[in-house]
Amino acid sequence: MGLSELTAAELGREIAAGDVKVREALDEVFARIDAVEEQYHCYITTDKEKAYEEAARIQAGIDAGELTGPLVGVPVAIKDNLCTAGIKTTCASRILYNFVPFYSATAVERLQAAGAVIIGKTNMDEFAMGSTTETSAFGVTKNPWDISHVPGGSSGGSAAAVAAKECWCALGTDTGGSIRQPAAHCGVTGIKPTYGTVSRYGLVAYASSMDQAGPLAKDVTDAATILEVISGHDVKDSTSLKRKDTRFTEALKEDVKGIKIGIPREYFGEGLDPEVSAAVKRAAKELKSAGAVVEVFRLGYTEYAIPAYYTIADAEASSNLERFDGIKYGYRTAEYADLHDLYKKTRSEGFGTEVKRRIMLGSFVLSSGYYDAYYLKALKVRALIKKAFDDAFAKYDVILGPVAPTTAPKLGESLKDPLKMYLSDIYTVPANLAGLPAISLPCGKDRIGLPIGLQLTADCFREDILLRTAFTYEKIRGIFL
Amino acid sequence: MSSRDRTEEGSAGRERNTLPLEYETVIGLEVHVELATKSKIFCGCSTAFGGAVNAHTCPVCMGMPGTLPVLNRQVVEYAIAVGLATGCEITRHGKFDRKNYFYPDNPQNYQISQLYLPICRNGSVEIETESGGRKVIGIHEIHMEEDAGKLIHDERDDVSLVDYNRAGVPLIEIVSKPDMRDAEEVIAYLEKLRMYISYLGASDCKLQEGSMRADVNLSVRPVGEAYYGTRTEMKNLNSYTAIRHAIAHERERQIALLEAGEDIVQETRRFDDREGTSYAMRSKEDARDYRYFPDPDLPPVEISQEWIDAVRAKQPEFRPEKMARYKAEYDIPEYDIDIITQSRHMAELFEETVKICGQPKKVSNWLMGETLRLLKEHDADPEDICFSPAHLAALIGLVDDKIINTNVAKEVFEEMFAQDIDPVRYVEEKGLKQENDAGAIRGICEQVLADNPQSVADFKAGKDRALGFLVGQTMKAAKGKANPGVINEILKELLQ
Ligand SMILES: [Zn+2]
Repeated sequence: MGLSELTAAELGREIAAGDVKVREALDEVFARIDAVEEQYHCYITTDKEKAYEEAARIQAGIDAGELTGPLVGVPVAIKDNLCTAGIKTTCASRILYNFVPFYSATAVERLQAAGAVIIGKTNMDEFAMGSTTETSAFGVTKNPWDISHVPGGSSGGSAAAVAAKECWCALGTDTGGSIRQPAAHCGVTGIKPTYGTVSRYGLVAYASSMDQAGPLAKDVTDAATILEVISGHDVKDSTSLKRKDTRFTEALKEDVKGIKIGIPREYFGEGLDPEVSAAVKRAAKELKSAGAVVEVFRLGYTEYAIPAYYTIADAEASSNLERFDGIKYGYRTAEYADLHDLYKKTRSEGFGTEVKRRIMLGSFVLSSGYYDAYYLKALKVRALIKKAFDDAFAKYDVILGPVAPTTAPKLGESLKDPLKMYLSDIYTVPANLAGLPAISLPCGKDRIGLPIGLQLTADCFREDILLRTAFTYEKIRGIFL
Repeated sequence: MSSRDRTEEGSAGRERNTLPLEYETVIGLEVHVELATKSKIFCGCSTAFGGAVNAHTCPVCMGMPGTLPVLNRQVVEYAIAVGLATGCEITRHGKFDRKNYFYPDNPQNYQISQLYLPICRNGSVEIETESGGRKVIGIHEIHMEEDAGKLIHDERDDVSLVDYNRAGVPLIEIVSKPDMRDAEEVIAYLEKLRMYISYLGASDCKLQEGSMRADVNLSVRPVGEAYYGTRTEMKNLNSYTAIRHAIAHERERQIALLEAGEDIVQETRRFDDREGTSYAMRSKEDARDYRYFPDPDLPPVEISQEWIDAVRAKQPEFRPEKMARYKAEYDIPEYDIDIITQSRHMAELFEETVKICGQPKKVSNWLMGETLRLLKEHDADPEDICFSPAHLAALIGLVDDKIINTNVAKEVFEEMFAQDIDPVRYVEEKGLKQENDAGAIRGICEQVLADNPQSVADFKAGKDRALGFLVGQTMKAAKGKANPGVINEILKELLQ
């Protein structure tokens, strides 16, 4: 069995034991990238030179007995909206096509401090706006299960890279499902933690009140391992939480006896593909057989999640993306008459269609005269959705449902109808609106062999129960990737 | 900057009168004050003046992608202190909002400010009017915000460059109610604010240097009317003179428009004090929509009662109370009290020194005389005084005990003023002790009289001024260290 077949934790153990050198892991992964990257296009940037330099440093640390831990020497890929000092960070946008930060995201720094080696930056929807990775300014990523399909998005490059074994694990970010949905479409495992668990410092903001970084991995163990490493309070992020319960790997127990699982009736209504529905229900049944209590219930307000989400996310995005103006860094238009012209042309040429659409929508809902009717109302809806979840978690430990209404769409299908694309986020955005932790893991395939994702959501701070349920289900399901 | 919730526009229709109308000026102020924190409001960069271009910057205050603001608690503390001093209600659950507008000096293209829930509301300060009466000026709100950077236009290369050293320096904006009626009230109000804020150590409030900036909102209306006329806002006023001129000019401009039957346009105007004219910067028609919304990067500003109480307990005694107490406690002229209490530092220096030496009048003399003279000479502020109360008290003691004379004391004081030397040790080391021995002084006097027969003759001819000359010559011969009283006595005796 080649090194590529190992999980990140397994590779970490081999490296720790001295059976595999960090350099060998890099040889393996770069050979794999050379072989298949042209086909899948998971990366925007790879940096072999830096990776090998880092590998030598880490190997020396391992040999000296100074570096220990589950991720020491494990190569990782980073979504291109997380800043990496000295490595280009583009957010898949022309407007940052040449931006090389001199600081790293806290999540990236923590991975590096744990001995992980960055091999490259993965493709994504431009500024994480999109559900297919097709809005990237640097080409489309293909789904490794079927290259005529999208990998999902916005962390499509990270999910596809794990699925295509172009890395062992990757970081993604999730604002409305951007980790969980591509994980589902690519047959990998992804977690969005409780809002505030992973520092947002260095994560180029899309919607600040919902953005969270998290892992995309081969299994629940890897996902928990990475999450544990990147979590924790950060003085550089005022919204980061002081949590003491971030030893997530300790929650990996095969036991769901007595765990109460609620299935929202609304999640199985119109628009849900029957094959997805069947696979998710089968997973619920299997958890029930393992001892969980499973009930269907009415969650409420589910039909308002999409409009509330897009109103709030676009409002925040319209402001967050103002700093990209051609003055300080990034793309600047070649010729301009005056300052206004410089702004207008730089931003017109630098941003793609979907980003512009969201900036315009967001500017509109914040503008004087519309603020109350749109933005404020969306905030009220958000509070009601949170309340509905509070009520649900008074009765259930975990909420179970699909990740996306269908398996991965065909390339080029989604952007023709953005509204339809937005509606496909229906199962993932509620966790972001309410700040809840949620995990996506494979639970089957459709008749053409595309993976189907299962989503589990828990109350804030209850990653432990989420991981325990997911881990137990994974044991029942068996190895997927 | 004007808040979205303020509406005081639109003059009601009124009949034109054939008799000349008398107009009243209605003025409200928006005062920006740069707070004296060591670091910026949302990052750890220094707020010091005078660094190299972009020396005091970091990814946060440069608006780099992915960076986040972290609130400096000292800013909140200063804002609470100013709010308490001006009788405001403190907002216990506040928020920061983003004010969105594009300009290169604004690194994120939004300014973090407060619109919906400012930290202080509904305060007031009392001013003394020219006629000696008292008047209350309402404070609508005080909010916290960040300053912008500075554009530098390079004429030679025809490019504009940006310096972000000031970007993120903390400001409070104090928005008054439209309660002022003339320039004197405006200046009295600004002086009052300046007194509170500088006594709190929250800012040095210098108009010229921009640590205090006043925007004047002005409208006019016929005397006796209660409505508010259309107002204009004047920016860039960096001295009291400029404020006086701008108010006079704008009042006349608006009255002339109204008399001519024209409408006043609600707009921002820049007043040029050199030219004595103003011109429109932007009108309400092209007013920007700032799209304010709560900043999702910053959690709400929660202010506990304990915090407010702790700030209140630390509030200093402000100037009016201090002046009243000085009048009761110290036998010094009101004029002295007025000057000494203009600076909290000077007042405290005064009190501490008096506590040690028990001689208010002498302490006051040193402050009013030599101290002010040297401050003026060095173009420094009372806040810059470095000598300690103990040393000033010791100096007074040296003179009282006739160990040095007043002239030597002034010399010693200059050293104290420059570097807070210990006067006792200094006098010892430099051998500056006064010669009090009458015998030794008599010898010098005799020699001086022998050397200056003309002056002796003059004195005897009734020219009293000649005595002064002889005293000076004797002091000179004694290298300045002789007791001047003793010289006087001996000379008079010898000349009899
Ligand atoms: Zn800074």
